[in-house]
Amino acid sequence: MSRTLMSGNEAVARGAWEAGVVVGVGYPGTPSTEVLENLVGYEGVNCQWAPNEKVAAEVAAGVSVAGARVLVTMKHVGLNVAADPLFTQAYAGVGGGLVYLVADDPSMHSSQNEQDTRNYAAAAKVPILEPSDSAEALEFVKRAFEISERYDVPVIVRTTTRISHSKSMVEVGEREERDIPEYRKDAGRFVMMPANARVRRVDLARRLNELETCVESCPENRVEMRGTELGVITSGVAYQYVREALPDASVLKLGMTFPFPEGLVREFAAKVERLAVVEELDPYLMLRVKALGIEVMETGLPQIGEYSPGLVAAAFGAPEPELREPITDLPPRPPLMCPGCPHRGVFYALHRLKAVVTGDIGCYTLGALPPLQAVDTCICMGASIGMAHGMELIGSAEKPVVAVIGDSTFAHSGLTGLLNMVYNGSKGTVMILDNRTTAMTGHQGNPVSGVTLAGDPAPAVDLEALVRAMGVPSVRMVNPHDPGEVYHVLKEEVAAEHLSVIVAKAPCALLVREKADPFAVDEDACIKCGRCINLGCPAISKDPQTSRAVIDATICVGCGLCVKVCKSDAIVPSGAACDIGGRWS
Amino acid sequence: MSDVTTVLLAGVGGQGTILAGDVLAKVAVAAGHDVKLSEVHGMAQRGGSVDTVVRFGPQVFSSVVDPGTVDHLIAFEIIEAARKLAFVKPSGRLVVNSRNIQPLPVLTGTLSPPVGLVAALDYERAVFLDAEELACEAGSPRSANIVLMGAASVGLPFDEEAWREVISARVPPKTVDANLKAFELGRNACEGGACEA
Repeated sequence: MSRTLMSGNEAVARGAWEAGVVVGVGYPGTPSTEVLENLVGYEGVNCQWAPNEKVAAEVAAGVSVAGARVLVTMKHVGLNVAADPLFTQAYAGVGGGLVYLVADDPSMHSSQNEQDTRNYAAAAKVPILEPSDSAEALEFVKRAFEISERYDVPVIVRTTTRISHSKSMVEVGEREERDIPEYRKDAGRFVMMPANARVRRVDLARRLNELETCVESCPENRVEMRGTELGVITSGVAYQYVREALPDASVLKLGMTFPFPEGLVREFAAKVERLAVVEELDPYLMLRVKALGIEVMETGLPQIGEYSPGLVAAAFGAPEPELREPITDLPPRPPLMCPGCPHRGVFYALHRLKAVVTGDIGCYTLGALPPLQAVDTCICMGASIGMAHGMELIGSAEKPVVAVIGDSTFAHSGLTGLLNMVYNGSKGTVMILDNRTTAMTGHQGNPVSGVTLAGDPAPAVDLEALVRAMGVPSVRMVNPHDPGEVYHVLKEEVAAEHLSVIVAKAPCALLVREKADPFAVDEDACIKCGRCINLGCPAISKDPQTSRAVIDATICVGCGLCVKVCKSDAIVPSGAACDIGGRWS
Repeated sequence: MSDVTTVLLAGVGGQGTILAGDVLAKVAVAAGHDVKLSEVHGMAQRGGSVDTVVRFGPQVFSSVVDPGTVDHLIAFEIIEAARKLAFVKPSGRLVVNSRNIQPLPVLTGTLSPPVGLVAALDYERAVFLDAEELACEAGSPRSANIVLMGAASVGLPFDEEAWREVISARVPPKTVDANLKAFELGRNACEGGACEA
């Protein structure tokens, strides 16, 4: 045993490895991504990115049925995609232990919603464990595998951003090597046709019944008695905020929150004068406590967004801390596309085309922000294509509709949407922004990029051949760094009476190691038209005095996009990069 | 929780706040503290405001902090220093990189650049330094994050040698010398100044 500092994601990976996991599979999604990126570094574990979470969960189901322990990872919205296998796997049960690591994102630091995965556990009737720090993340993952095998059910370990991306001390142990039993066919359990499913539904009730006993005495659910004046029921990271804000309160710390430990709750409630529930997001525990007829204090704590110790303290009447006078009127600093980003030229062309753009999930969602503001919609992975088709059906937008989707997102769930367009006779236009990686989550490989999670080469899908084979009549390849070319091809294709796919292929700017020489503005030639400023490149700014464009040579990577949009040939090679002075004032 | 020290590192995505926070956390672990560190990845990293919290002491619960609770603000950029000022205790210390990176709305001319930030931030426990200039002097412009940690180290209760060990182990091998020099230059810039413990 040794103690070390680990993030929650590192600790989950370590726990899975110690539990003898032989396969880790998932789809990248903040804040879950680093689990598999860490697990792949351990000996004896085959780790793979799947094209989407449903495929990942099905691969995991296969590993489990084949008798081995498997971890499947995803962010909260990924479980929407993987919900189909999960719900029925609960009936079927497991062979080797099957654990879903699902990372929620309260406050939506990097997500489109803040759904609470605990509801899924209750709906799918599978146990859920909620660690409150990295040490518990490691321990709970190991326990999750034991519970999965002992109770013949998949188990969810739910983290949140502040667990996944916070580091704290953990005790690491050794790996438990496990023999994989010989495969034996068991169609009654694993062929979920109605006759078998009805039997397994009843059996799931039996297993849940046993789990209801388990949660009353398992070490993950514990009472910490201090004073009797106030008792708090809490789970996950909220426990830490309760301990910091209310050091004298007694706490019922729930580590396994489905099944709900009714007996423990009743017992705890009876020991304290006032009972409160502190949990982030949905009132999952609160409703269940109230359903027992137990009176719960009204704290006014929100059901939206992350908590903090101060928020919890204030809800229990702590005085406001002494604060400094804040400095107001600061310009916001939204995220932006990097200098040299290949998406920028595409959104410039779409902006110029005045197209209605159905967008998707990835760095290119940033095309919605000023100055280009070229994206109309972004709902979920793959939605760009289905929504473009839907808008085309109504035809109320008098502008062309263009779906924009990244390479990884297209592999994730764009294919079926495109097949639908082919099948239903769409004449729409789909752009695939192929930047050779899953960029937003930190450059993971995918079936289009041709590199595996382990960093090995893989067959890279030929997007052009793929979409042609699906029956798309017009497939065009464009250079996203040439917005004029993108614009003209787009103009032709949106006017054409056929379905078309335009593939804009250029690697993510962060993957390009060799930077070209930066450009500079020829002051005499600049006509202050603002075209280059409107690209929203962080290397280009408007001089407040002269209104001319200025290029910061320390940020410019020499992509040349601004050269192409400049109508007065005012952007010229600057020779060598200057010193650090330019970027900074 | 008065025996817990809270450090907030604030900057812009890509400035190296995550590595700097990791160095601080490891130095605190080496000194025998319980430590928690929190950071945000993902979309915000694309040139947006980013922050890392490091807390250390005998027992640390939360890795998330509230306004008015930070003992040391290490700001990698002056606008971000201003943005995070409300998090700092009235008695807290500030180590501020005096340079700025203007946000996109300022670059495009939509909003005006903020003015008077040094005056607004200046008080007896604030220290300003030019981290990029010192980083270049150290031999690597990318070591500005370690310059700032050098400056902050003067007010933090850890041995200089512990910092040097962690930095040597944590930065890319080719940049160890430049980073150790950056640490020293940052520390020298602060010694005898407002950030001293």
